[in-house]
Amino acid sequence: MRRARVVAAIGHVLPWAIAVAYFFAAPADLDFGTQVVIWVLFAMSLDLALGYAGILTLGQAAFFGLGAYTAGLFAIHLSPDPLLGHLAAVGVTALFGTLTGAMILHTTGVTLLMLTLAIVSVLSQYANQATDLTGGDNGLQGIRLDPIFGVFEFNIFGRTAYFYALVVLFGWFVLAWRIVHSPFGRSLDGIRQNPHRMRAIGTPVWWRLLAIYTISAAMAGSAGAVSAHATRFVGLSVLDLLTSGTVTVALILGGTRRLYGGFIGATIYLVVQDYSAKISPFLWEFVVGGLLIATVLLLQGGLLDLGPAVLRLRDRWQAGQRK
Amino acid sequence: MSTAQALSVRGLAKRFGALVVAQEIDLDLAPGARVALIGPNGAGKTTFVNLLTGFLEPDGGRIELSGESLQGLRPEQRVRRGLVRTHQINQLLADNTARDNLAIAIAERDRHAWRLFRFGRQWGRCREEAQQRLEEMETAATADRRVLELPYGEQRLLEIAIALSLRPRVLLLDEPAAGVPSHETEVIHQALDRLPADIAILIIEHHMGVVFRFAREIVVLAQGRVLARGSPAAISADPRVRAVYLGKSPV
Amino acid sequence: MLSFGLTVLLDGVSYGMILFLISVGLTVTMGLMRVVNLAHGAFAMIGGYVAGYLTQRGWDFYLAVLAAAAVTAVIGAAAERTIYRPLYRKGELAQVLLTVGFVFVATGAVSEVFGAFPYPVVLPAYLTRPIDIGFREYPAYRLFQIASGAVIALVLWLLLDNSLYGARLRAAVDNPRMARAVGINVSLLFTGTFIIGCGLAGLGGALGAGILSLEPAYALKYVVLFLVVVIVGGEGSFEGSFVAAMALGIIDTLGKYFVAQAAPYLLYTAVFALLLWRPKGLVPPRSLA
Repeated sequence: MRRARVVAAIGHVLPWAIAVAYFFAAPADLDFGTQVVIWVLFAMSLDLALGYAGILTLGQAAFFGLGAYTAGLFAIHLSPDPLLGHLAAVGVTALFGTLTGAMILHTTGVTLLMLTLAIVSVLSQYANQATDLTGGDNGLQGIRLDPIFGVFEFNIFGRTAYFYALVVLFGWFVLAWRIVHSPFGRSLDGIRQNPHRMRAIGTPVWWRLLAIYTISAAMAGSAGAVSAHATRFVGLSVLDLLTSGTVTVALILGGTRRLYGGFIGATIYLVVQDYSAKISPFLWEFVVGGLLIATVLLLQGGLLDLGPAVLRLRDRWQAGQRK
Repeated sequence: MSTAQALSVRGLAKRFGALVVAQEIDLDLAPGARVALIGPNGAGKTTFVNLLTGFLEPDGGRIELSGESLQGLRPEQRVRRGLVRTHQINQLLADNTARDNLAIAIAERDRHAWRLFRFGRQWGRCREEAQQRLEEMETAATADRRVLELPYGEQRLLEIAIALSLRPRVLLLDEPAAGVPSHETEVIHQALDRLPADIAILIIEHHMGVVFRFAREIVVLAQGRVLARGSPAAISADPRVRAVYLGKSPV
Repeated sequence: MLSFGLTVLLDGVSYGMILFLISVGLTVTMGLMRVVNLAHGAFAMIGGYVAGYLTQRGWDFYLAVLAAAAVTAVIGAAAERTIYRPLYRKGELAQVLLTVGFVFVATGAVSEVFGAFPYPVVLPAYLTRPIDIGFREYPAYRLFQIASGAVIALVLWLLLDNSLYGARLRAAVDNPRMARAVGINVSLLFTGTFIIGCGLAGLGGALGAGILSLEPAYALKYVVLFLVVVIVGGEGSFEGSFVAAMALGIIDTLGKYFVAQAAPYLLYTAVFALLLWRPKGLVPPRSLA
């Protein structure tokens, strides 16, 4: 029992320790680190909706992209204050999440999936067409931001961006952790397993799903805002179906319903992409797709399950040896 | 319609295209009632329960719970008013333990389940009550095991325990012993005997032994209509009922 | 005015034919096997690229198209054995994930081998000429697409209605347990139908390269369209998918002509609204008829 606690404590501290250490260990590569942090947040947002609540969605990029464009446009047209812009992005995506969620969450399965696909497609196509607003293929460029609190400047060194992203991630993580370990989180798990059963014990299923969907949307929008701020650029890819697919892949690779699964999955995806891009621009899709197939077929719980899975195999082997 | 009735149904009707699954169904359940709903397969018994609990919308008729109409209320709202059901096929959270299944239901009942922040103590209380209820059902030994590892009879008992924990005024039991191997059915029947006297209970059942052991009144459903109702003695003597079951003469 | 209307109609119908050819396999497998197959677009894409590759090397157009269908069918068979078989029993989420993984693999492979730019299928000269259809000149290839689509649809329909295979297929879609009890080898039926569906998708991808241009993003980009045809037409409904494909083709074409700027997202908005109104599609899923 004690050993489990120690392992758990290490498991909790480790990711954050690594993240902080990275800042000092790789000052020239902070951009990459910031990308990882952003995608961890993005994947974690999906974990809440898809992993815990079982909402079958491939449209998470809609919120990410909406957050990114809101933050970018806010900085360009309204105010270069990054914190205000971030708040605006979260507010807009939360609202969008509530509105669309209210419309679609009574459906399930393929219908729900298609509705989420339709939403992200509508936004994606609209962004493509509305070149005056979004810059179209060229994207929103040259976003200028004030320093955070007047002190921390966004510049090419990326130090502010990295810590900004990390702090945002940490904040959302604490919230997500409390949610999944609360009675609310438990009821979501029940809804995922058997919505009919939950209704039969008086759970207002639709309202719970709407709540978590909104939170998930706000989180993804926040990730998008950080992305816009960190790179001072928003491209059409933030709303792409491919982006939606990729964050889903990243989450599954790491493992759902662990919150830390997103950490692992996002890191793996970005590392694979970075490495294989040096060999060839699109190789990562092939590799990541293969990893996903292998994960789904072989590892039920994603790569976070690799440890326990290996232990189970070892136990079985030992039991076999003893006979 | 009398407010003294725990449950009151008048003229309930439902059709799917040309298929009529419920027609002019009237039913009263007084507090503490023990009524069995019987009828051949396809008579519409489970459909009736679905109509009562709000999983199906009726084409006509009224349903009142202690004098208040249930019209337009969603299933989860009806549960809150005290109309609870069990299912013919278990609807449990298979990955969770037996105790957790109960505790989750209790948390929902006591309105903890929406809380984002305060856990710990209240959840502890839910678990305590869950443990207590399992002991009353005499299945406490399985409290820590996951539902999908439990023998089917234990799962059926859990299904009933969950329904009871919701403090129902009216309890609809859909074939509580269905699918249970014969050596495990007595435990379930004893659990049925111990159900609180003040709850109005409607039990759908095929097994005549259970019906006669448990019911003080029997309602016979056939092809969506009430064919006969009365005391067990009267029903067992009724030639129409025999005919419907054995098909000797057209009804 | 009439000339314009007929042009739109012809454009829409040819588009619809291609959508139908690609989607009919998907509606059958989703209705029959109840597997959410998001990778179906990848098969169409593969067929298109094979046809493009062969025609660019001087192959006869018709041979290339048939080869495309055959290659896709073979790849479909391999995929069914390895990736899809385990999926029948797993839930919707696993199916979505696995097929998305397959899409990524196919997209990556295609990018690597063929590059990221639109990949053409070389048509025989007589098909690229415009034909005088009375009131204007119209691309011969579009007429060819309509004609070949119609012929294939007719053949499929006859097959479905009049053959033992068709009867078995309809039975298995209606009630798989009953079908097994009557001795129909449902798993063989699944596999065979899946392979045929992939072959048809490859055929559609090859024939439709002028309308749905071949690029690595094909598989992911157009999957929504194919799913729309299936869901709107009703899963498992042959007639439904034909009507839905035609409707989608014509509406999208109309949109492109009249509201060119708004067309793409108006279509998806319409799909969204339609799905909310009728979640089970315009034709409720029942049997293959």
